[in-house]
Amino acid sequence: MIAAIVVFAYLAIVLYIGIFAFRRAKGKEKAEDYFLASRSLGPFVFLFSLFGTNMTAFAILGSSGHAFTNGIVTFGLMASSSGLVIPLTILLIGTRVWALGKKHGFMTPVQMFRDRWECSHIGTVISVVQAALLVPYIIIGIMGGGTTLNTISGGKVPYWFGGAIVALVVMGYVFFGGMRGTAWVNTFQTTLFLLFGAIALIVIGAGMGGYRNAAQSMLASPALAPLLTRERISPLYFFSYTFIPLSAIAFPHILIFCLTAKKMNHFKKTVILYPLCILAIWLPCVFLGVMANRVTDVPQIRAKQEARRMLATQGKAMAPEARDELREKAAGDDVILRLLERYAPFWLAGLLGAGIMAAVMASDSQILALSTMFTEDVFAFYGGKKRFGEAVQVQTGRAFIVLITLVAYAVALRAPETIFELAIQYAFSGFAALSPLLVAALFWKGSTKWGALAVTLWTALAVVAVAVFQSAVPAPAPGPATVVWSLGGTEVLSRTPGGTAVFGFMPVVPMVLMSVLLMVVVSLITTKPKQSTLARYFRG
Amino acid sequence: MKRILLVIAVVVVYVLHQDFWFWRTAHPLVLGFIPIGLFYHACFAVVASLLMWLLVKFAWPSHLEQEVEGKSNQEDAAP
Repeated sequence: MIAAIVVFAYLAIVLYIGIFAFRRAKGKEKAEDYFLASRSLGPFVFLFSLFGTNMTAFAILGSSGHAFTNGIVTFGLMASSSGLVIPLTILLIGTRVWALGKKHGFMTPVQMFRDRWECSHIGTVISVVQAALLVPYIIIGIMGGGTTLNTISGGKVPYWFGGAIVALVVMGYVFFGGMRGTAWVNTFQTTLFLLFGAIALIVIGAGMGGYRNAAQSMLASPALAPLLTRERISPLYFFSYTFIPLSAIAFPHILIFCLTAKKMNHFKKTVILYPLCILAIWLPCVFLGVMANRVTDVPQIRAKQEARRMLATQGKAMAPEARDELREKAAGDDVILRLLERYAPFWLAGLLGAGIMAAVMASDSQILALSTMFTEDVFAFYGGKKRFGEAVQVQTGRAFIVLITLVAYAVALRAPETIFELAIQYAFSGFAALSPLLVAALFWKGSTKWGALAVTLWTALAVVAVAVFQSAVPAPAPGPATVVWSLGGTEVLSRTPGGTAVFGFMPVVPMVLMSVLLMVVVSLITTKPKQSTLARYFRG
Repeated sequence: MKRILLVIAVVVVYVLHQDFWFWRTAHPLVLGFIPIGLFYHACFAVVASLLMWLLVKFAWPSHLEQEVEGKSNQEDAAP
């Protein structure tokens, strides 16, 4: 319970930071100040808040849970590929969006798309699809908050109450502090969870009696040795995963964050240090997730291993519902918390728990981004700002923050998927498929609004199709996939234990490739924007 | 030429990410407990950071900065 008290104290601090930012901004009720902190963030706050906003519950709880089940492959799969792709996209796309935002006053990606492609309602369609894809990300934060508080308090804080507390605190500081409060809180949180990894690694390692013994005994066990290699994942699947980090730059909250830097120079540190920040967070989490398999004196972890063993040996003969139930029991999203509970002293477990909360609560900028998109892309665009003024626009944004948090909380209470699956299957793949919009807008004069519409509709359709397919075809037991459609002996569409495969790839690969194809083909046969518009975006 | 070399560097680093050569082995264990596949990808993150430093040094889009600064100066000079 002491640990839970430390976490509650941490929550009070971040709420205070939001309120402090609110006081600093008093009298400035301008949309640009509330939603973009007046484009004034310095290099340190910019790096830490941009990085922190990308590190959600998924980074700590999801990664260690995935590593617990799949082994060391988790790091190469998601972390090191992100360390290459994300800073590269920030350099190529983020800097350009920043410059256009400064020049033309854009506050959302859709404002830029509307101007670049001379469109109005198509922009609204893009905004709606972006918003729909962003909501699962917010849900992850609330679910992670519920799980964390529940575990840290030893079950005394129920999941629903923990989720509600996290939702309320995040809503509070976003509501009051806007972008300035969110950026300051993210900076504080990123500092915390950068410290978290190293401390957790040392404390848990000491508690376990060192990692050498643990690694050797895992190697000696036929069931656990594969977790120290990557044989549980196919190279095709591994390759597919490098498409997922394309989603980062297409997330509206990341693009909106790119608009907050005071100078373009501030991007330099972010681009160079991003891979090292990822290394500092993900490596300890993945390693601890794998090593948790060697822990024999934590009943909850043993129960997970037992569920995994039953799934592997008896899963094929079970009904799909029973398999899903076992899969949930085997999910490792809380293993890192269980390790802390077992090996860290009370006070330290609280501090480390606060570090986890820091990552879990990164949904703040997504909530703020949704509010910015609603007030700029819908409210202001359809005349609300002109009619009611800028102060009402900011108040509308605040009301929207309350509404979206309540909706996300209600969904989080009913969502059955593990944190990791939910994030990957919907939000990440969808935004990766939307990334060609940015490349086309910024680098290809010939792109058109109809190409953009085709990409957006395709993305929405593909995400819905994957969701429908996965709910219609139950996940098979661990082992070979269920082939649903094959052509001339080639497996076209399969249901795998973890999701869907198209020609052996994750759905994100055909989704992105089809988006590129649609953008090119549709743009080639439709009318281009006026030369005067293109001149504002391209030199010469 | 500089641009071509940088593009090649990015492609090479991307290809290095698909390290099928350590796929089915945990050996050698670095420091006695880090499987080689994990150690490789930790080193990969450091290489990615070095690549980003190169890109920032040699492919920084400074024209964007100049355009924005030019616009700010014009606004400052306006009556």
